[in-house]
Amino acid sequence: MSFVSETIELVKKEFTIEWRQRNALFSLLLYVGGAVFICYLSMSLKSGDLARSTWNALFWIIMLFISINAIAKSFMQEGKERDYYYFTITSPAAIIISKIIYNNILMLSLAVITFIFYYTILHVEIKDPEIFFLSMILGASGFASCLTLISGIASKANNNGALMAVLSFPILIPMLLILIRTSFHGLMGLDRTMIYDELASLGGINIIVIGASYVLFPYLWRS
Amino acid sequence: MKGYNFINLFKGLGLFLLQLAVVYFIVESGLSAGAKFPLVILALGAVVFVSFKLDCWKEMAVFGMFYTIIAGFLMPVPRLPIVNETIRNQYFHVAMWMAMVIVLFASALHAVKYLRKGDLRDDILSSEFANLGLVFGVLGIITGMVWANYTWGKPWHGDPKQVSAAIGLLVYFALMVLRSSFNDDVKRARIGAVYNLFAFPLMIVLLFTVPRMYDSLHPGAGGNPAFGKADLDNTMRMVFYTAIIAWTLLGVWIATLRIRTRLLELKVYDVL
Repeated sequence: MSFVSETIELVKKEFTIEWRQRNALFSLLLYVGGAVFICYLSMSLKSGDLARSTWNALFWIIMLFISINAIAKSFMQEGKERDYYYFTITSPAAIIISKIIYNNILMLSLAVITFIFYYTILHVEIKDPEIFFLSMILGASGFASCLTLISGIASKANNNGALMAVLSFPILIPMLLILIRTSFHGLMGLDRTMIYDELASLGGINIIVIGASYVLFPYLWRS
Repeated sequence: MKGYNFINLFKGLGLFLLQLAVVYFIVESGLSAGAKFPLVILALGAVVFVSFKLDCWKEMAVFGMFYTIIAGFLMPVPRLPIVNETIRNQYFHVAMWMAMVIVLFASALHAVKYLRKGDLRDDILSSEFANLGLVFGVLGIITGMVWANYTWGKPWHGDPKQVSAAIGLLVYFALMVLRSSFNDDVKRARIGAVYNLFAFPLMIVLLFTVPRMYDSLHPGAGGNPAFGKADLDNTMRMVFYTAIIAWTLLGVWIATLRIRTRLLELKVYDVL
C-alpha cells in the first residue's frame, strides 16, 4: 500500500475506534460544557462588564485544557499489543501523520463546539470575525499537531497525565501568546495588516511541528 | 595519574593572545557591521577548534575568564542614560545567554547523533549539555534580574524577553522531568532525545521571534535581540566576543567533568 492510502485507512480507523468508544468523546463534550459553565459562573459575579481581553484569555485557556485532554489519549486508548500490530503492518510515518490529521479534525470540531457554547453563554461582540476565526482554526490545528507527538512521548512514560501537561505547556505557551494577540485583534477589529506576521508565524510553527513529528516519530515508536 | 603539562599553559596563553589580536583586527577594521559578524564567528570558531586540537582549551577558558572579569570591570564603556555602568552586564548576562544557546545547540546535535547511532555516550553528552544550558539559563536570568532591578526599578518586569526566557527554561526542566521518569537507560535516552529535538526548534523560535512582536524594555529592542546594537562600541565588542567564548569553554569544562564521572559510572556498572 502506498503512503497516502495507508494514511487514509488509518484515519478511517481512528474514526471507527472513536465511535466505538463513544464514552470518551461524550465525556470530552461534557468537559467542554463544564469548563465553559464554570467560566460563566465565575465571571457572572461581575455581570455585564466582561472585558474583551478577559473573554479572549479565558477562551484560549479553555481551548488549551480541552486540547490537552482530548489528545492525551490518542496513543493510550489502544493497548500496547495493538500498537505493535499496527507497527508491523504500516510505516511509522503513516501512523503519526494519520494521528495528526485525525487530531486536527477532532480539535477543529471541538473548537467550533466550544466557541458556540462560550459565545452563547458569555456574549461578546466580535468586530472582525474573519481574523478571529482564522486564528481559531490556526490555533486548534497548531495545538492538535503539537500535542500529537507529545502524547506519544508521554504514553511511553509511566505517569501519563501530569507528564503530558508538563511537557506540553512550555511548547504551547509561545503559540498561545501569539494566538491571544491575533484573536484579540479580531475581537477588537483592529488594523489587520499589523498581525499578518503573527498569522504567518503561527502557520510556520505548525509546519515545523508537523515536520519534526514526521522525522522524530520513527525513533519514538521503536522503544 | 599524570602530572600537569605546563607547556599547555603557554600554548593556551599564546592562543588566547592570538584570539584577542584576531578579534581586535576584525573589530577595528573598516568593514561594515554585517561583514564583521560572520568573520568574527568564523575566526573564533577556528581558534576554538585549534585549541581543542592543541589540548589547551581549558587554559584558554581560564585566560578568557580573567580577561572578561578584569577588562569587563575596568575597560572604558560608553556613557548611556539610565544604563550607565550597568552596561557591563553585557559581558555576563548577554554572554551567558549566547553561551547557553551554543550549549543547547550542542545538546541537540548530540541528540541527533544518539538517534542515528544509538551510542549511550552521545546521550550522556546530550543530557549533560542540556543541564549545563539550564545552569547558564538560570544564571542568565538571575544576572538579568539584578540588572533590571537597577535600571527598570524591579527585578521582574514581565518583559517579553524575560517571559520567553523563563518559558525556554521550562522546556528544559520538563526534559529533566521526562528523563527522570524512566528507569531504562535506552528508553530514557531515546525519548529524551526525541523531546529535545522537538523542543529545540520551538525554543529558538520563541527566543528569537516572539520578543520582537511585543514592545520590549530591553536595550536594542525592536532590532536583532542579541547582536548589532548601536550602543556597543569597539572596545565593548572585543570583550563581549571574548566573554562568549570564555563562558562557553568554561561551561564545556564543567560539563566534561560530569560527563567523565557518568561515563565511569557506566563502566563500573558494565553498561558500556
